[in-house]
Parts: sequence; C-alpha cells; structure tokens
Amino acid sequence: MTTATPGASPEHGAPVRRPRPGLSRPGLSRAVLLVPAGLGVALVVLPLVGLLLRTDWPRILENLSAPLVWPAIRLSLLTTLATVAVCCVLGTPLAWLLARADGRAASWLRAVLTVPVVLPPVVGGVALLMAYGRRGVVGAPVLELLGLRLPFTPTAVVLAQVFVSLPFFVLAVEGAMRGVDARYDAVAATLGASPLRVFTRVALPLAGPGIASGAALAWARALGEFGATITFAGNFEGRTQTAPLAVYVALQNDPQAAIALSIAMLAVSLLVLGLLRGRWLR
Amino acid sequence: MTARGPRATPAAAAAIVAALGLAACSPATTEDTSADAEVPTGEGVVTVLAAASLTEPLTALAERYEADNPGVTVRISFGSSTTLAQQIAEGAPVDVYASAGESALDLLPEDVAADAGRATVARNTVEIATPPDDPGGVSSLADLADPDLDVVLCADTVPCGKAADEVLTAAGVTPNVVSREVDVKATLTKVTLGEADAAMVYHSDVVSAGDDVRGVEIPDADNVTLVYPMLWFSQDPDVVGFADLVRGTDGTSALVEAGFLAP
Repeated sequence: MTTATPGASPEHGAPVRRPRPGLSRPGLSRAVLLVPAGLGVALVVLPLVGLLLRTDWPRILENLSAPLVWPAIRLSLLTTLATVAVCCVLGTPLAWLLARADGRAASWLRAVLTVPVVLPPVVGGVALLMAYGRRGVVGAPVLELLGLRLPFTPTAVVLAQVFVSLPFFVLAVEGAMRGVDARYDAVAATLGASPLRVFTRVALPLAGPGIASGAALAWARALGEFGATITFAGNFEGRTQTAPLAVYVALQNDPQAAIALSIAMLAVSLLVLGLLRGRWLR
Repeated sequence: MTARGPRATPAAAAAIVAALGLAACSPATTEDTSADAEVPTGEGVVTVLAAASLTEPLTALAERYEADNPGVTVRISFGSSTTLAQQIAEGAPVDVYASAGESALDLLPEDVAADAGRATVARNTVEIATPPDDPGGVSSLADLADPDLDVVLCADTVPCGKAADEVLTAAGVTPNVVSREVDVKATLTKVTLGEADAAMVYHSDVVSAGDDVRGVEIPDADNVTLVYPMLWFSQDPDVVGFADLVRGTDGTSALVEAGFLAP
C-alpha cells in the first residue's frame, strides 16, 4: 500500500503537468505545486482505498448481519438525530444572538464555544464525567434529587455528541446569519416586529440553507464521535455502543464485521455529503 | 445570499474530514505485512507490547533494565492483549509481547508465534473492585446480582472480559452490566472515578490501584486463573536480556509485589 504513494500523484497530475510549447516555466512551477498537492490527496484517499480493497464484498451483507451491527447502527441513528434536534433548538437562537452581537462578551463566548472543536474528544469525555458523573457538579445533585444516573445511558451518548457537535453547528449557522443583511432586521423592527418575530420571520428563512448545512455538519460530527462517548457513556450493546464503538470492538474478534460496518458508515456519510453538495455546500 | 456559502465552508471541510476519518480509521490501518512482524525494531531499542494489567510491574522492570544497560531504551505500549495481538498480526514492530491469558495468542500469525521464544511469566485471578466507600454494599460474588448495582466488565472480546464471564456463568450470577470497557484499566477507572458500583478486574489491578479501590476476593472454587505468556521475536541481546529479566527471579518478585501469582 505505502509503495503506491509516489505513484499516485503523477497519475493524477500527468494530463495537466505536460508542459505546452513555449510555456515550460509556468508548466514547471505548476508541477512544483502539483507534487505536494497530489501527495496530500494520496494521504487522504489511500486509507479509503485500503478500506474498500480489504472489504469482502461478496459477503458484505452476511458480515453486516453480525449481532453487534444493527443495534449499533440503530443507536447511532437515534442518538445523532436527537443531537441534531438539540443543536437546532438550542444552537439556532444562540447563533443568531452571536451573529448580531459585537461586544467583548460575544468574542469570549465565541472562543469558549470553539474549545470542543479543538479539544481531544477523550478529554471532552473526562470533562463530561466531571460534570455529569455520579460525583460530578451537575450529576451528583441530579442523582440526589431525581435519582437519575446519566453515565452509561443513551442520554449520556447524546450529551457527548452535543458537546462535540454544537460548536460546529453554531459556528456554521452564525456565519450564515451574519450574511443576512442587518438592514432587514432594522426594517422589520421599524414595522413593529419584536426581536423574536425578526428571528422567526427574517433570520430563519434567510439563513435556512445555512442552518441545514450546519445541521448536516453537526450530524456528521456526532455520527463519528468516539472518544467522548466511550469515556463518558461507556460501551454497552444497544444502549451506548454506537457504530464507531462497535467498529472498534468488532475489530478485535470479527474484523470483517468491523470493515463492513465501516463501509456502511462511509456510504451513509458519502450519501449525506452528496445530497448536501448538490444543494448547499459548494 | 452570496456571503453565506463561503463562511460555512472551512468549518464544513473540517467537520467532513473528521467524520470520514473516524468512520474509516480503524480498518484502514490493516495491511498484509505479517511476514515483517518478526523483524527486530532497532539497535538499542526494545519494543514491548504488553497487556494493560502488566502496566506497573513492566514499567518498573523496563526502568531497571534501562538503568542497568545505559544506551538501551525499552519502549512499552500497554493495551488489551487482543488489540495488541491484532496489531502484531498487521505488522506492528515488536520485540516482546506479553499477553493476559493464552486466548489472544491465537491471533498471532502461526509462523511468527512458532519462531518466538516463550515463557510463562505470571498468573492472575479475577477479583471484584468497588469504590473505597463501597456505595453498593458488595461483599461477595453473589451480591453482584443486585439489579440496583451498576457493574462494569471488560469487553467480551478481551481476556479480562472472557474471564469475568466465565466466573459469573459458573456462579450463576447475572449482574446489571452498564458498560463493557475496552481493556482492564479502563474498566477499573470507572470504579476509581466512582461511576460504577463494582467492576470485575484482576487481583493485580486491585493491588496496583492501592487505596483508590476496595477489593472483594472471589474464592478459588469460583475463580479462574489466567497465565501470562511472554513471547520474544528476536535474538538481539537486549531483547533476550529484557526477556530474561522479566522471567528471572527479579522479574517474578516485581510481578508478585504487584499482585500477580508466580508462574
């Protein structure tokens, strides 16, 4: 596999790289750009190709029927949909307030919300335990007053996914909402619209496509969540074992099931990306 | 309209890469290079892959070997025996492999395992671990049947999970299992953090955790004993030297001190 790396870039670059007569210097400089670019492409594409090549295609359906596969896919779909719903309900107003705020507080808030984007997910999982665990700052009173235990439940899976995906959603939607001309708000306000009405009648319709792509990003991030989930929610079939966790566990005793499940996740991701690319992402 | 798309694009790209990368990462590392597995990892470096339960004694023995042999570095990676065996089968560089139990050895390519030096370095038994204040009131294996307890076990794919299942099945006890962790240290952590009422780990893990957990021993009649085989894949003097240290009397006493049984 690794020996194919250098071969892949000329293959990609060949038709473009051939210098046209009289254009040898621009052709050369273009080649200088194409080689690292091609290597970059290879670094991303080769693992995916490796996955496709190592898949036992004739038996993929059989491998997908391994007992841990469907509970994991079902749990992943349910929890990621719940995560997207939470992101939309809580994240959209937050993004709108941030888009229309310019103070220092807004900048700080924006910086804090970016932390989960750069934080290693497993650190996020530890933080979630410290907050919602049985001895956590929120978890202990919740257990005391309501008798509810959060870790090891599907709710914990959703909390972990929201922690990592809400920032993606808010940053994407805020970007879209900043694109909504502030004069529309002003006009709506002079016509007597309340801030809530401006949000629902002006911001939401105009930023609709941005919200949709933000939701898709949040969903993709939630679907791939591993570190925070296994640290905070644990790993139990049908309850907290999402598809990425099932891939990890299956790799230990049933690698073909792990590969088949990876292919299923890859297919779903590509499908969503394809739909988005056609409509919103350019 | 026009300002919207470009704004979202960098975040979009980052998220897409993250999502696809995670979906593909584990199996993408698989490569058919098992023939290279017996190649020693380099001059002056001994690469050790060892069961998570061996963390404390092997770390101490590695430090001792480095102190006695200046210029030699012992690199140890701890994980579930199953995952490590899988990595060796996929061509991970390794000089010494120490496994909890013998089941993971089946995953090693036959030619690699056949040519390796081999010795049993320790034995271990299963024990119940609870938080020090014992919130669930666990004093015997039978107490684990309480449905109000949150019990954590190792995944059934790794040796400590297989051993725990064996013990529970033989005793006819069905606990309320809330999570099956990827290796024994992750399992123990759920108890040391106070998130679980009880976990089934190895006796040595209870010993190494010290005051962070409380151990509840399982009588021999209900327990299982795991042997810890160690394999070395090279005749490099440092590889053999480190293996000799671990299986020699100093190694055994370090392992016994850490709560293992002598081989």
